[in-house]
Amino acid sequence: MSELTTDRQIDRSKMTVSDEIAVEIINMNKWYGTFHVLRDINLTVNSGERIVIAGPSGSGKSTLIRCINRLEEHQSGKIIVDGTELSSDLKNIDKIRSDVGMCFQHFNLFPHLTILENCTLAPIWVRKTPRKEAIDTAMHFLEKVRIPDQANKYPGQLSGGQQQRVAIARSLCMRPRIMLFDEPTSALDPEMIKEVLDTMIELAEEGMTMLCVTHEMGFARQVANRVIFMDQGQIVEQNEPEEFFNNPKSERTKLFLSQILGH
Amino acid sequence: MTTITDPPKQQFRLSMLIYDTRYRSATIQVVALIAFMLLAAWLIDNTARNMMLLGKTINFGFFGEPASYDINQRLLDYTSRDTHLRAALIGLLNTLVVAILGCATATAVGVLVGVLRLSHNWLIARLMTIYVEMFRNVPVLLWIVFIMAIMIETLPAPSAFRGDNATASMLLGDTVALTNRGIYIPEALFSRSLGDIHFFGASSLRFDVSLDLIAFLIVLGAGLWASHRIKRRADRMQEETGNRPTTWYLRVGVVLVPVVILLVALGFHLGYPELKGFNFSGGTHLRNSLIALWLALSLYTAAFIAEIVRAGILAISNGQTEAAAALGLRPGRVMRLVILPQALRVIVPPLISQYLNLTKNSSLAIAVGYMDITGTLGGITMNQTGKELECVLLLMLIYLIISLSISGVMNWYNESVKLKER
Amino acid sequence: MSKQLAYVRTEMLPQQTPPVTSVGMLGWLRGNLFSGWLNTGLTLISLVAIIMVLSAVVPWVLSPTWQATSLTECRGILHELGRDGHFSGACWGVIRDRWVQLFFGFYPADLYWRPILAFLLLAVALAPILFSDKVPAKLLWFSAAFPLLFPWLLWGGAFWGPLLILAGLVLAYLVFLQVSRASSTLPGLIAAVIFAAAWFLWGMGLITGAINYGLGSARMEGTRAALELRVDGLETREAEIDQAIASAQDAVREVMSGEAEAVASGDGAYRALIARAAAPRDRLNTLQSEKALLDEALFSAQSLLGRIEVLKGQEEALPRLKQEAEAARAALPRTVRKIDTDIGLEALKQRILSGEAKVPAEDMAQLDRVLGLETNLRSVILAIDRTYADVAMIGLRPVTSRDFGGMMLSITIGVVAIACSLPLGILLALGRRSDMMIVKYLCVGFIEFIRGVPLITLLFVASTLLNIFMPPDTKFDIILRVLIMVTLFASAYMAEVIRGGLAALPKGQYEGADSLGLNYWQAQRLVIMPQALKISIPGIVSTFIGVFKDTTLVSIIGLLDPLGLSNSIRADANWNGIVWELYGFIALIFFLFCFGMSRYSMYLERKLQTGHR
Ligand SMILES: Nc1ncnc2c1ncn2[C@@H]1O[C@H](COP(=O)(O)OP(=O)(O)O)[C@@H](O)[C@H]1O
Ligand SMILES: [Mg+2]
Repeated sequence: MSELTTDRQIDRSKMTVSDEIAVEIINMNKWYGTFHVLRDINLTVNSGERIVIAGPSGSGKSTLIRCINRLEEHQSGKIIVDGTELSSDLKNIDKIRSDVGMCFQHFNLFPHLTILENCTLAPIWVRKTPRKEAIDTAMHFLEKVRIPDQANKYPGQLSGGQQQRVAIARSLCMRPRIMLFDEPTSALDPEMIKEVLDTMIELAEEGMTMLCVTHEMGFARQVANRVIFMDQGQIVEQNEPEEFFNNPKSERTKLFLSQILGH
Repeated sequence: MTTITDPPKQQFRLSMLIYDTRYRSATIQVVALIAFMLLAAWLIDNTARNMMLLGKTINFGFFGEPASYDINQRLLDYTSRDTHLRAALIGLLNTLVVAILGCATATAVGVLVGVLRLSHNWLIARLMTIYVEMFRNVPVLLWIVFIMAIMIETLPAPSAFRGDNATASMLLGDTVALTNRGIYIPEALFSRSLGDIHFFGASSLRFDVSLDLIAFLIVLGAGLWASHRIKRRADRMQEETGNRPTTWYLRVGVVLVPVVILLVALGFHLGYPELKGFNFSGGTHLRNSLIALWLALSLYTAAFIAEIVRAGILAISNGQTEAAAALGLRPGRVMRLVILPQALRVIVPPLISQYLNLTKNSSLAIAVGYMDITGTLGGITMNQTGKELECVLLLMLIYLIISLSISGVMNWYNESVKLKER
Repeated sequence: MSKQLAYVRTEMLPQQTPPVTSVGMLGWLRGNLFSGWLNTGLTLISLVAIIMVLSAVVPWVLSPTWQATSLTECRGILHELGRDGHFSGACWGVIRDRWVQLFFGFYPADLYWRPILAFLLLAVALAPILFSDKVPAKLLWFSAAFPLLFPWLLWGGAFWGPLLILAGLVLAYLVFLQVSRASSTLPGLIAAVIFAAAWFLWGMGLITGAINYGLGSARMEGTRAALELRVDGLETREAEIDQAIASAQDAVREVMSGEAEAVASGDGAYRALIARAAAPRDRLNTLQSEKALLDEALFSAQSLLGRIEVLKGQEEALPRLKQEAEAARAALPRTVRKIDTDIGLEALKQRILSGEAKVPAEDMAQLDRVLGLETNLRSVILAIDRTYADVAMIGLRPVTSRDFGGMMLSITIGVVAIACSLPLGILLALGRRSDMMIVKYLCVGFIEFIRGVPLITLLFVASTLLNIFMPPDTKFDIILRVLIMVTLFASAYMAEVIRGGLAALPKGQYEGADSLGLNYWQAQRLVIMPQALKISIPGIVSTFIGVFKDTTLVSIIGLLDPLGLSNSIRADANWNGIVWELYGFIALIFFLFCFGMSRYSMYLERKLQTGHR
């Protein structure tokens, strides 16, 4: 894994953590059939936090963040997003999904729609934004991720890095308060990883609340204010990045770090 | 960590039936079920009222009444004094006969054509393509009436075989006669026959089973089993020593010799068709309608099977052939050990669904007057008794049972293949 | 001289032609036809087979019998050429005589433009769907309206018919919007379905009745005058045509008077004679069909005129008839009333006749009288309504389903069934993939049932049972019944095709849609279906080909598709004995249609493989 992701200076002026609670997870458990994937998860995320979740494959990282916007259903405990509890109430689910953006490992862009249509689809149909306004917003965010000139192409005509940036822009068009990333760079070639990480850093600089599952430790060091290490469905350790990398407490964490950092 | 107060326990509200994911699906299902039952009730009520207006009742008593129509192509004995039930049974057997004959022929032709379409011989490949396109793109009903017309129009009448200056003659050493009334072939006869066993007395379901046939099947089965044992022993030898003994003559002999002995003991001989008066007698008479239906269904379905076989072989053969050849396997072994087992997995499911299609298409027999289950139960019986509701529903039920049995076989195959894949 | 290991090429080799045996005509032949004994043998056998088939078929096809008007004339022409016997040559005259019929059945000849226009417009409506990349999407509006336009063009009728259907759909949609905004989607859906059912079962009938009555009353006098004028005009024209026919007949007779002589002289004289007769015969045919049309028009004008004449009397008699019927019913004897009168008098009578209930003979006579009066009343009301409807009619002349036939019928059934089965198939496929058990099993049950029975049994249902399943007194037209059953048939197959398409979509597409907050139907409509349907197009096309070929089965229940027509053509004394020409022609048409479509679907498959994905 690349240790250093970017050589640019990071502007930390807006990266402030407020007291407001964005996501609160209390004693949450989840099973797949009889398999206990998430065990007693407790996690509070304040607005403006940038959290990186790491851990070996199969440890339940994806499942955790997918529970936050109810792509997966948890069976016990509570998840409160933006003051709304995720229950079986459809209206709450709809509200939370439109407030929480998500980027996937395989982008999940809609191949039959152009980039612009991908970005305007949800604002038009979910937020009921007038088309014109939706297009303006979409172009704004596409400029932000530096691909406005591709707006009328189809996802299949773009490179992986560009597709992931479009996916980020697509989520941003819903003006989410929280962004979830599930290994956004692990399907990409090295030179594309950088362009996606840059986009994510810019997002962080603007004070977005972010939960990222990633193995980009450089990104974690530079951007995150907290790193969470998961194993076997549990949160094993969480700490500030400096402490986490330089002074891991748990044996599992040490083992994981030694493998991933390649010593 | 901040603690938040528990939200008040949610009261059940009616809107939760729709907005709550826990109840929503139940609500939708209940609505669907109610809608379905309303629809069914409406249909049944309409039917009941209409039947009353027509002065009809639903009962299957007509099955016990004499059918008073003739069925000329049949496996079991039947006269027009027999009941409608027996007519339906004869029809069902006729459906099964044409379905089984058709599936066998269609598979043979289809596999041959499918393989030949991949031939390097340009002419052969083109001819096979023409065959496939020609049969696939013309309705099967048209093929059935077309082949029926060929039989009637081009084959000689039985009278043409008569006299010194006959214009037609029998084939294969005077054993087979192709006439415009059908084909006459030799039948198997036993001079020291063991006789028949009769089942179900004189009821509508009565049938006879020839003991000769049973004896034949038992001996054949035993021979095949012995042959299989020999093969297993050869397999074991190969596993242990690496060398495979040559056993084919043993395996053939163990099947053939007892069968021949049995046939001789029973006094097996063939009964040939002979021209008597204006018509042939003796031998087995396959009517035009059966031949036309059989040929048309087989050739039509074979075109689809050919495509399935071709696609199956193409899907597997590229890399696998090279890989197997690189290991030093000879082409025959490559086919048998590597390509076929994989290709069969791709081929068998659509193949079975073609069998299903053929069986369903056999109901077109009614167009040429072959008395299958559609022609008897759904045709003459229905028209004579006026019991449309009973006849059509029963007809559908019978086809449904046949189809479900065939797809049951397919599911079983798919499952067993899936298991092996692990 | 030391041994040199290093080597440098100083001069490049020019390209050389390969040996003769591997290129060119000869190389190709050797590689593809004669590579080895087996191959050579196969090639030779196929060559012999091809030559045998061609030598039998080609002379038969090349037979100069285009202008013959009966099988006898065909035989005459062939005999003159020295070609006798069963397979001496085809009799193409039957195709010349009947190809129009094979395409249009008994559809009125002066209205052929309607099916032709309908099918042309069909192509226009399909274009934005089939060639989405080349045709502007605006045309989709036309595609959406086309399902209403198409049956109107084919069957005709007042122009407000399709408009009322459209209004029903639009209103149902508005109800859906309103209710679902007020509460939510599911109640909205239920309300819309109930509204639509009410609209199509009663509302539309009431409105049509009101329009007919209003417009009919207003136009009554004008129509009567116009009809009188029209009858006069038609009668004059008919007299002219009769004369023209007589002279055309003379002309034909004159030419054909030389027939015996021509046959005797041989030498192509007979063929020349037939050719000479072709022109006057054509003229005679045209005149005769014009006369048939005239007769029909005259008959319908006269009968409408007659019905207008008696309308006043019928309307005046109506109250009296009503009163009589009611009085008679009230006076029904107690024995009859004791039996359950709620089931309707007809059913009552059946019950009595079947011996289930007994009444005295004179009471039975009373019941019969009531039944007679009520039947009479109903028929008078029906007659009045029909007269008003006919007078009020503004639109296309109605054509009954009995007159539909030929290729037109096959294409109509195929197209309508596929178009209607697509939405049904989508719903069934979604239901089958749903995790709601009851919905899933209902869909699985329906799909497997339909796929488990032969189409012919479903057609039996259409021809014998469907009317029994509907409320008493609903009389569905046979083509409509067949359309319903073929649609159900196609929808089960369609559902399986679409299920395949859905299964081929990666799960990420659903998750992407979910994470953006799209609800189930939005996700299906905007994200899932556009992709799944695109993947399924080849499957949909082959389902269409299958259904199109299966339309020939309707000949078994007595509809006149090309195959059914071929029997009725053979029943004509002129063409009795014709077999191959008709079957061959029909097979050729089917082949062209189906082959074309399968090529199209292969083209699509290739395009999809290379397309952006
Ligand atoms: N839909 C599912 N059904 C059953 N088990 C699942 C499913 N999805 C994931 N799992 C299991 O849950 C565990 C956690 O998966 P995941 O959250 O994807 O891990 P990570 O993202 O950390 O690699 C894995 O062991 C995986 O096999
Ligand atoms: Mg994961």
